[in-house]
Amino acid sequence: MSEFKQTLNSSLGKKLIMALTGLFLCTFLIVHVGGNLLLFNNDNGFSFNVYANFLTHFPPIEVIAYLLYLSILVHALYGLILTVKNRKARPVRYAVAAKSDASWSSKNMGLLGSIMFLFIVIHMGDFWFRYHNDKTMGFKEYRTDLATGETKVSDYTPANAEFSHSVSTENNVEVVRVKDLHARVAYSFSNIIYVIFYVIAMGAVAFHLLHGFQSAFRTLGWVHRKYTPVVYFIGTWLFAVIIPLLFAAMPVYYYYLSTQGAH
Amino acid sequence: MTLDAKIPQGPLAEKWSKHKFDLKLVNPANKRKYDIIIVGTGLAGASAAATLGELGYNVKAFCFQDSPRRAHSIAAQGGINAAKNYQNDGDSVFRLFYDTIKGGDYRAREANVHRLAEVSVNIIDQCVAQGVPFAREYGGLLDNRSFGGSQVSRTFYARGQTGQQLLLGAYSALNRQIHAGKVKMYTRHEMLDVVTIDGHAKGIVTRNMLTGAIDTHAGHAVLLCTGGYSNVFYLSTNAIGSNVTAAWRAHKRGAFFGNPCYTQIHPTCIPVTGDHQSKLTLMSESLRNDGRVWAPKTAEIAEQLRKGTLKADQVKEDDRDYFLERKYPAFGNLVPRDVASRNAKEMVEEGKGVGGSGFAVFLDFADAIKRLGEETVKAKYGNLFDMYYQITNENPYKQPMRIYPAVHYTMGGLWVDYNLSTTVPGLYALGECNFSDHGANRLGASALMQGLSDGYFVIPYTLGDYLAKIGPKKVDTNHPAFEKTKQDVIAHVNKLLSLKGTKTTNEYHRELGHIMWEYCGMARTEEGLKKAKGLIQALKADFWKNAIVTGENEEVNASLERAGRVADFIELGELMIDDALMRKESCGGHFRVESQTPDGEALRDDENFAFVAAWEFKGENQPEELHKEQLTFEAVHLSQRNYA
Amino acid sequence: MNLTLKVWRQKNAQTAGKFVSYKAENISPDMSFLEMLDVVNESLTHKGDEPINFDHDCREGICGMCSLYINGHPHGPKRGITTCQLHMRTFHDGETITIEPWRAEAFPIVKDLAVDRSAFDRIQQAGGYVSVNTGGVPDGNAIPIPKVIADEAFNSATCIGCGACVAACKNASAMLFVSAKITQLGLLPQGQPERYRRVQSMVAQMDEEGFGSCTNTGACEAECPKEIKLTNIARMNNDYFSAKLFREEEVHEQGH
Repeated sequence: MSEFKQTLNSSLGKKLIMALTGLFLCTFLIVHVGGNLLLFNNDNGFSFNVYANFLTHFPPIEVIAYLLYLSILVHALYGLILTVKNRKARPVRYAVAAKSDASWSSKNMGLLGSIMFLFIVIHMGDFWFRYHNDKTMGFKEYRTDLATGETKVSDYTPANAEFSHSVSTENNVEVVRVKDLHARVAYSFSNIIYVIFYVIAMGAVAFHLLHGFQSAFRTLGWVHRKYTPVVYFIGTWLFAVIIPLLFAAMPVYYYYLSTQGAH
Repeated sequence: MTLDAKIPQGPLAEKWSKHKFDLKLVNPANKRKYDIIIVGTGLAGASAAATLGELGYNVKAFCFQDSPRRAHSIAAQGGINAAKNYQNDGDSVFRLFYDTIKGGDYRAREANVHRLAEVSVNIIDQCVAQGVPFAREYGGLLDNRSFGGSQVSRTFYARGQTGQQLLLGAYSALNRQIHAGKVKMYTRHEMLDVVTIDGHAKGIVTRNMLTGAIDTHAGHAVLLCTGGYSNVFYLSTNAIGSNVTAAWRAHKRGAFFGNPCYTQIHPTCIPVTGDHQSKLTLMSESLRNDGRVWAPKTAEIAEQLRKGTLKADQVKEDDRDYFLERKYPAFGNLVPRDVASRNAKEMVEEGKGVGGSGFAVFLDFADAIKRLGEETVKAKYGNLFDMYYQITNENPYKQPMRIYPAVHYTMGGLWVDYNLSTTVPGLYALGECNFSDHGANRLGASALMQGLSDGYFVIPYTLGDYLAKIGPKKVDTNHPAFEKTKQDVIAHVNKLLSLKGTKTTNEYHRELGHIMWEYCGMARTEEGLKKAKGLIQALKADFWKNAIVTGENEEVNASLERAGRVADFIELGELMIDDALMRKESCGGHFRVESQTPDGEALRDDENFAFVAAWEFKGENQPEELHKEQLTFEAVHLSQRNYA
Repeated sequence: MNLTLKVWRQKNAQTAGKFVSYKAENISPDMSFLEMLDVVNESLTHKGDEPINFDHDCREGICGMCSLYINGHPHGPKRGITTCQLHMRTFHDGETITIEPWRAEAFPIVKDLAVDRSAFDRIQQAGGYVSVNTGGVPDGNAIPIPKVIADEAFNSATCIGCGACVAACKNASAMLFVSAKITQLGLLPQGQPERYRRVQSMVAQMDEEGFGSCTNTGACEAECPKEIKLTNIARMNNDYFSAKLFREEEVHEQGH
């Protein structure tokens, strides 16, 4: 065991931890963006609320969720430790700033990471924490006629405080009662400051992953003349363009809806 | 004192094997009782330190650079010879021996050269085993190229950085011994004197170049692997730091200096651009494999080229004189270095020189590019072409290179016997520092071979014999000889520091270089040499009156380091001139204008000069005494060198 | 050309340093950067002042002794060369040039612009070799090595140990230097027996010297005078994790 400790404490070991947690968080982003695309389903939050409920109540996912929170913390903590160590490696700075050929994002991973960390704290406080702890959060009841597929929605007030959700079928009508996270989303994203902050944070995600995704592969030692270009392609287009754009589109879309008075 | 080269008896090819058997051995348990001091960590020094460490001796290694890897062996470009005959083109140990003796114009010791050729094959094996990435063919086997002075391909290479790769190999072996605790490494230490007790070398005095501390170190033997003294010419292809100080101080303590006037002028260097120039850059001789050397046929065309009204690639084929191919059809552009250099000089003297200064001829790759394609030429010589472009700002793929000879290597050095021992018992000289294997001219790709041969395969045997004879009794720096030598060094340092005149040591060095290049360079005359002797004596006197040395001893002081080296170079310069004056014949790199064939080739005088000149120091400002080691040739027949 | 130099002067590691301005006058564009400094030093010496101390030796770009952080670039603004190969034609008349030493905790200042790079030697001593004694080795052609492998190993072996990678890295990381040797020997068959032991010893020594970590910015690759590739670092990482996480043999401090 002490050998593992020694390995992880070495400079390369710390980088390994950064790379592994980073890549894990990248895979999470794919799942997260995929699920959240349900926000674009114009169904009064039915699918989104069901999805949110599923994520919070399916035990294996819950385990992964806690791994995820741990990853975020470890990634941030090790980022901090490495930054401090790296600063110490050059106690006297240069008078003329380095003009070497290195990308802007690669030189500012710490700054980008800090923005993201701040974002995650706010984001989780607003949605995750409220979802789990806010007793005032409302519920919705979705009644779907199984014959026609038509869904009707109405507010629902649970009989006891312990209620989380229920699915039942009455007379060919499926009744789903879940917590209404969707309303919270719509509410938050009607605030322009909030929307701008989200968009900036997604910019940070884009630049962080532009360097971070391929860098993780380098750290793990997975470079190959044939496959490294593929990694660069995925890192650039999927993680630095498509995913951040989709995420950023959500608050913008909901802000747009709020100005149209659709709700 | 009569010189005894200690050449073993018996047939030439068996001398080394027989000698190895006759040498006394030190048993493994006793080896750790011996301390060996090695000065210099180039190919010879690093390989010797590593090998002696592996054998179990306690080694202390010294270098003046900040790391052993900086030694100037690193700059050797072209390659290393070995009689492997991998190309099946008729090479053999005897042919390598023969080429080296002939290339050296019959002024080298047969036995040494044959041994060098014998162990050459082991060097390649050793380096490959260390992980030296030699060039290979697609089949995975080692590649060879051909080099000047030979008609077979026996040169192993690692792109244009062979010296670097070999030195890093030796450096890695040295590192392994440092890690194992068998070698203690002292970087940024300059050796300033040898300590002798009862005529035997027992230690050295060094200056710590960071703190100025003058220290003594004791050992059972001292190995000088400190390289050559080309920098006596100020401008040479040597590193700025390369110096003669260690060898010169050893000379003053009794080690004879062999053939000091034998210097090699390398034909393919980048020409001088102005007075500011601090060193000359060599481009590997391998360039002559594919490059064709030419000068304009007439002085008029040369004039146009110098003025820039005509470009080199515009000169018509008929107006070009490929003078090496014309005069030496058999060897063409691959004649030995001295021949190529002298011919370039002749062209310039006939007014056919090119470039701004007129001190250059062309080395043209247009044909090679046409024949092989630019990519192939790039793969072979890319780094050399880049280097040329960096320095001159001219593209050698488009315009022919301008080249001119520059001092590159010194065949002379401390006189050593077959065991590499100088005339001071216990004091050895290895690599370029000694005089032994190249006669009056060294063939390309042979310096690396000699350095590694001495360090890996010769000294480990011959040193053991001496050590076994003197016994492992501890040598202690408490002996008064150490204190006395140390005080001499301190006095010398203080004398230098007291110089607060008007001229920098750099200016003295440049002046010395001018004198040496003018009178003791590619062509030497009795009249010129006599004049030079007077000039150098005057320069020396002036130096000790008017030089400026700044700072103090107890700090990093480049000015002081430089001053000590220049002072030694001035003294050496005078000895070189004495030697050149004494040797009235021409041979190899030593060309006395009075002694030439009707076609202007070097004309030897075997009757009177088939000897090694070994000079003995007789005291400050005293003429040195000449000792002669007669050279006898059993295996080769002395003939006029002919490369036509 | 006439230039203004802002040069870092520092007597030794113990005393504080500062920038001092000098005029460099009548500089020829054909001079190398170090020859320009020679000219300045000659005039300082004539005035009885202490010349500027800087490391240099071969002056042809191979010994790795010269350094200098010139206007924000190790070895100056041109790619793929050392300071001694940098010519003054790269600069323009009247320019101000700031010259600093390499800055890194692991490279303490010796004097003025010279730094102590012995940390590099110690890393090499920790394992940058193949453990073979002189003699008793197989014939050079006994093991064929594919040309591409030999060439790739050469590309890594070409490192001159100048320290520009450390100087360029925002973290003062030495990983390009360390990985170049590990890659060279890791590619060649001769280096295989000690491949996994070597990477561990060298990385451990590198960490001990106080260099920073790599963040794959690629600044080292961009400034390396020998253009050694960032890929070397990935290869080192791979070997290191392979050694640490998947090899079963006992790992211990090697005697030699």
